[in-house]
Amino acid sequence: MGSTRSGKTAPTVDSNPNQREQLPKTPTGIEGFDLITFGGLPKGRPSLVCGGPGCGKTLFALTYLVNGATMYDEPGVLMTFEEKADEVAANAASLGFDIAGLSAQKKIAVDYVRVERSEIEESGDFDLEGLFVRIDYAIKTVNAKRIVLDTLEALFSGLKNTAILRAELRRLFAWLKERGVTAVITAERGDGQLTRHGMEEYVSDCVILLDVVAYEQIITRRLRVVKYRGSAHGTNEYPFLIDDQGISVLPITAAGLAHKIVDGVVSSGVPTLDDMLDIGGFFRGSSVLFSGGSGTGKTTFASSFAAAAAQRGEKCLYFAFEESPEQIVRNMLSIGLDLQKHVDSGLLRFSASRPSTYGYEMHLARMNRDMDNFHPDVVIVDPLSAFRGSISEIHNTLMRMVDMLKSRGVTAVFTRLTSTQELHSGMDQGISSLIDAWVLLADLEVAGRRTRGVYLMKARGMSHSNQVRQYVMTKRGLRVIEGAFEGREEQSFPTIPLAKASNIRTAAKPKKRPTASRR
Amino acid sequence: MTTQAPADICAGGTPRDAGAPEYLLRLFVTGQTPRSTLALENIRKICEQHLSGRYRLEVVDIYQEPQMASEAQIIAAPTVVKILPEPLRRIIGDLSDVNKVLRALDLKPQAAGCS
Repeated sequence: MGSTRSGKTAPTVDSNPNQREQLPKTPTGIEGFDLITFGGLPKGRPSLVCGGPGCGKTLFALTYLVNGATMYDEPGVLMTFEEKADEVAANAASLGFDIAGLSAQKKIAVDYVRVERSEIEESGDFDLEGLFVRIDYAIKTVNAKRIVLDTLEALFSGLKNTAILRAELRRLFAWLKERGVTAVITAERGDGQLTRHGMEEYVSDCVILLDVVAYEQIITRRLRVVKYRGSAHGTNEYPFLIDDQGISVLPITAAGLAHKIVDGVVSSGVPTLDDMLDIGGFFRGSSVLFSGGSGTGKTTFASSFAAAAAQRGEKCLYFAFEESPEQIVRNMLSIGLDLQKHVDSGLLRFSASRPSTYGYEMHLARMNRDMDNFHPDVVIVDPLSAFRGSISEIHNTLMRMVDMLKSRGVTAVFTRLTSTQELHSGMDQGISSLIDAWVLLADLEVAGRRTRGVYLMKARGMSHSNQVRQYVMTKRGLRVIEGAFEGREEQSFPTIPLAKASNIRTAAKPKKRPTASRR
Repeated sequence: MTTQAPADICAGGTPRDAGAPEYLLRLFVTGQTPRSTLALENIRKICEQHLSGRYRLEVVDIYQEPQMASEAQIIAAPTVVKILPEPLRRIIGDLSDVNKVLRALDLKPQAAGCS
């Protein structure tokens, strides 16, 4: 799929692509992008970055250039056709790029090429030597290895004689190749073709398409490698992210179901819950869902899980989508769970944001990046239900999230708010197929009293208790009460100390059925 | 052959020390390529015929002075830039289409061409 080769130019193809000498690549330093292209852009060749207005072409190109100068010791030239040098510098500054500083250090040369139709009169034959001379001069000034032409197509608006222009562009790209600079050419998306002026005709080594979609006022940016001659590449549309940390592309790795299996068992932090599973906990690297109505303690279970991880010396990343980290830390203190000390020790990190702030893709991209930075062993997503949208889209997001987590061998804990009505709706069934263990938390009404019951809906790969067990949240933590829930333990409220079986009230009531009724 | 030196060349007809000329033109060429040579011949001819005594023509070889190309926003070669009188105009090409050159210089095209 990836290697598009025309038959005549590929005499050395052999059967094993791994044996074949890899096309030399120039890393862009753009997170994720170098991954999906197996190393970056084709070295010494021009690549085309195209897309509609506002899709991030210029930023992509700028990031490539600045990273080259700062990370790879490859100076670069920016030929900008649309923005003046100082405008470019201002825009770049918003991403934290110091173009002026890099220019002063002779790491980047910027030349603004103004093309003003109204000034130009054509009389007779011409060529674009003026542009060539400028590019050549700029390249020599900084000894450039990289060049960005943004947006070369502006020439089409300034020059009428497109026959000459096209011939000259062809010559330009051949010349750039000859000089061995790795060029990025940006171009506007055209109707029915990749670019408005057919730039893809000239730049055929690598074509990247950027695209931005808005759905329910949430913007998602996507990137696709349309073509990469002589190299394999990911063919999906990858979401990418532009924020104060620059651009990052989220590779939805071809993880599929080929996750590596991580051995071992992890505790949920609630020993009495672990006891319900015959292996004494959850499988490391599996995904665990706590679902239940409001006030059933989903966050408490999740926090216990997080604290247990930190206790073991593992790193835990907590994605909080509903409560602020401070709030979670404070609330957990009420059950005697000190999260702050784990935050202080650096083992527990919170990443809080409102789900509606970004599109799903963005969330995935951010989560991916956070995980890249922190390398957690355990990830908490609290709650999943904060994501709203069409079922298929949420399902898709979850699937990728789960894949993302599993491919890293991370133990994932999700919480999800469910109302009783939707307990068995399509949504939950969709989730069920993605997760390995599902712990159901329910408000139960037993003998006229509200109490809480926990039960394992499923736990892949292990036998587990089928009982509905009562659990209590006390000042000393969460505790699941052993044995089948029979309605004996009435004092399931946080303020009341743990109940003894010999409670006075129990006597007053007749014993109920061995399992609780659920309504 | 006339653009050996990168230095500005004053074409004939410039009034000596008589203040600023009415027309200030700068021709950007690329060495002595046929197109550059032709453009220089053409612009000289046009100036002599239409602007005699009122113009100053400077020639810049961007191969010799590449930074000038950037400063003057040159893309194509050859290019004549009409600096004075305003507004600024760029005439690109070998200047073989005289009428277009004249129009860009705000001069009346001559019906019968120029020779």
